[in-house]
Amino acid sequence: MEKGTLGIIDVTVRFAGDSGDGMQLTGTQFTNTTALVGNDLSTLPDYPAEIRAPAGTTYGVSGFQLHFSSEDIHTPGDEPDVLVAMNPAALKVNLSDLKPNGIIIANSNAFDGKNLKLAGYESNPLENGSLQGYNVIQVPLSKLTSIALEDSGLSAKEIARSKNFFALGMMYWLYSRPIEPTREWIKKKFKNNPAIAAANDKAMMAGYYFGENTELFTTRYEVKPANLPKGKYRNIAGNEALAIGFVTASVKSGLPLFLGSYPITPASDILHELSKYKNYGVRTFQAEDEIAAVTAAVGAAFSGALALTTTSGPGVALKSETISLAVMTELPIVIVDVQRGGPSTGLPTKTEQSDLLQAIHGRNGEAPVIVVAPATPADCFDMALEASRLAIKYMVPVMYMSDGYIANGSEPWRVPDPDSLPEIPVDFRKEKDGFFPYVRDENLSRPWAIPGTPGLEHRIGGLEKSHITGNVSYDPENHEFMVRLRAQKVKNAENDIPELEVIGDQYADLLVVGWGGTYGSITEAVNRSRRKGYKVAQVHFRYLNPLPKNTRDVLKMYKKIICPELNLGQLAFYLRGMFLVDVEPFVKIQGLPFKSSEIERKIESYFIGGSNGR
Amino acid sequence: MEDKKEVKVKDMANEEVKYTAKDFASSQDVRWCPGCGDYSILAQMQRTSPDLGVRKEDFVWISGIGCASRFPYYMDTYGFHGIHGRATAIATGVKLNNPMLSVWVATGDGDLLSIGGNHFIHACRKNVGIKILLFNNRIYGLTKGQYSPTSEKGKKTKSTPFGSVDYPFNPLRLAVGSNASFVARSMDRDPKHLQEMMKRAAAHIGTAFIEVFQNCNIFNDGAFEIYTEKNTKADNVVALEHNKPLVFGKNNDKGIRLNGFTPEVINITNGKYSINDVWVHDEFDPDSTRAHILACFTERKGLPAPVGVLRQIVKPTYEDGVHEQINQITEAKGKGTLKSLLFTGNMWDVN
Repeated sequence: MEKGTLGIIDVTVRFAGDSGDGMQLTGTQFTNTTALVGNDLSTLPDYPAEIRAPAGTTYGVSGFQLHFSSEDIHTPGDEPDVLVAMNPAALKVNLSDLKPNGIIIANSNAFDGKNLKLAGYESNPLENGSLQGYNVIQVPLSKLTSIALEDSGLSAKEIARSKNFFALGMMYWLYSRPIEPTREWIKKKFKNNPAIAAANDKAMMAGYYFGENTELFTTRYEVKPANLPKGKYRNIAGNEALAIGFVTASVKSGLPLFLGSYPITPASDILHELSKYKNYGVRTFQAEDEIAAVTAAVGAAFSGALALTTTSGPGVALKSETISLAVMTELPIVIVDVQRGGPSTGLPTKTEQSDLLQAIHGRNGEAPVIVVAPATPADCFDMALEASRLAIKYMVPVMYMSDGYIANGSEPWRVPDPDSLPEIPVDFRKEKDGFFPYVRDENLSRPWAIPGTPGLEHRIGGLEKSHITGNVSYDPENHEFMVRLRAQKVKNAENDIPELEVIGDQYADLLVVGWGGTYGSITEAVNRSRRKGYKVAQVHFRYLNPLPKNTRDVLKMYKKIICPELNLGQLAFYLRGMFLVDVEPFVKIQGLPFKSSEIERKIESYFIGGSNGR
Repeated sequence: MEDKKEVKVKDMANEEVKYTAKDFASSQDVRWCPGCGDYSILAQMQRTSPDLGVRKEDFVWISGIGCASRFPYYMDTYGFHGIHGRATAIATGVKLNNPMLSVWVATGDGDLLSIGGNHFIHACRKNVGIKILLFNNRIYGLTKGQYSPTSEKGKKTKSTPFGSVDYPFNPLRLAVGSNASFVARSMDRDPKHLQEMMKRAAAHIGTAFIEVFQNCNIFNDGAFEIYTEKNTKADNVVALEHNKPLVFGKNNDKGIRLNGFTPEVINITNGKYSINDVWVHDEFDPDSTRAHILACFTERKGLPAPVGVLRQIVKPTYEDGVHEQINQITEAKGKGTLKSLLFTGNMWDVN
């Protein structure tokens, strides 16, 4: 049967199944192939905290959402067009997100009595008419996979594991994706286990041909390459971009990169990634605890490393005393906080932005640090360079506020020409004349004199230091002077960061402000609202302390400001406190990113019924 | 790292710098209480430092919080007065980043064994090449007299007015148990011995731990009196020396015999036992059982406190392991470039 191919602009697919079903792998492979096709894309992995929750249960469902398009996109998509459900629990958990009339591709073999019961279904939703309004395609995935692999010599259990490759092959056919890149990948990935490699390959090919031959699919779809700026691209997740960003900063500064870290979700991938770069001289120290991780980084900074520690919110809480120590000793370190749902252990695998005030203020005493936040997965690279540059230039800790959403999400990244990236100047003090540990340069930074330098032996520590000499001082006036000096030093960095850029109508009626990982959702919402004719402007903070110099001026231009954030209104609180402006928080605290439509509705609610409309 | 090593060796050969104890005294007034045992430890360190074959700028002294932790301010070397309990973790970062440095930790019983216990055992476990000087006075001094994790059970202090009910750590036992590669003990009141131990620790490759019995004359005066005073010392202290029998006593008439795993004091002059029955100390015994038994002497009635090196074994250090791996992989893969870092994986062109 000859099938038609339908060109479409934009698709959001969600793969969902048991956490042991290989959904993250399936999603990642589909993503990599889609990137090679040249679509713009954005991904959202969503997995449970349990590594292998009991099979078939709703709390064990793992999902991977991918939005790809022939146009410029900013988010992983609000509502999937297609849901691939490997079992009843996956359907149950994800159905409410699916678009009206959306496609459900269900593994019908998994909808048996046991699994239906585990998912809490009283009858089979594939058969009881409850899925009316959706386009349900039942595929006996398990059975087809076992038929395809009956001669493989593998056990039934091993064969069952290949069913995600069958699904992947089928989806490749449905969306006209090339299958070769994944075939190559399978060869490499399973090179030590040829039987499994052959099975996965065969299952995938079987899925592909099934798509071609089955009458269940009448149409296949095609999404043309997006019109992205010229260049060489790779698909990159936030944590990976962050890791290679710091390796790049190491090369550009000429300093060895030192990472002190303790495993914690969702930051561990940075430790894994950086552990690979031994041939870049990267020293990774998996410490005995969070405190040792940051404290060893401070020691490494003292001895002249580009010092980094990576963690999530609970780890930042443990590190705060040592971050204070780095404030007092004025040593450059970067603390990466990949934020997750809190408080306490909270929601380890879910995203949130609730550590902002902890980053800015969460230490004893007046302990100012620079705070930056990447806006997208690829921006994690640029902000790594920025965080390193600022830490070194101002001899100060920098808090780097990523979050679970951009850390695990991915997007196409136009890889920069290494020569176009700025050098990071480092000026170790060598000169004996006039040396004191707390003498100041024009930025108020103190000299970085590292052990091994003859004649500059000196002592630093957590006790208050006398201006210039750095000797211990309990003098009241010196203390106030030093507190103010440390604050001013951080403030001076405002001369060194870009000003806020207003996107959209400068004379808009409404300003939407955001920070960090919500950039995509907000941008999408603002763009849609503007296309509808609403006068909306947007600013996005990637630098939170100090704030860009023009922040006050920008905020004062708008009579109405809303601030979408994934917490109870921390940026709004901060901006109100700083500038006496009425910033209205618009918050969501569900461990999930904003859907653009949620922000869009909030924007429109401001105009509808008022005189501020189009 | 390799380049630096070569340059340094040359420098050492070319310029023979001769330091004196004075070169290691900083300009800061020493602010311990008069009569504190810390003065002696500082003096021995300043006297010893010129003889350690380390250039002054390569010494780094790191401490936590407590009386002992003021130590770095008084040494004219690089120094870092850290935060409570974290000295060994800071030191680990310094040493790992630059293994050429001679990194020393000055710490107290509260700092190292209470709030800093985790960092201590892990530094020992990893065999990080740092020297840890524990000033053990069995009391919290800087916070004015609470009992510490090495205070004897039943100790009456400000925080335990009716006597403490918990059991103390034995620092040597903890160090041996954590597989520290060098474990020694000395006393503030025995300058020569202390200097000797400092030299031995300096020469050791790997974690070197010295417990120093240190008198706090304000809050716990006389805690180690029986070990330090002339009329009691000989009967209560046994000096450990490699390949020498464990003999002690005013008249050198007592020895320690190992009866199975049980150490016992024997008289070697009364005809029943002779010197041949006495345990001969082997510092380099790769098995830690005997070192453990030695460490526990102070927990048994009637046995003397051993001073000297309980154990010294040779094994690769953590920092060498890390840097060797870096070197090996760099050699195998070639030194990484930005081009190969950035332009990798599945890439595509947009024209």
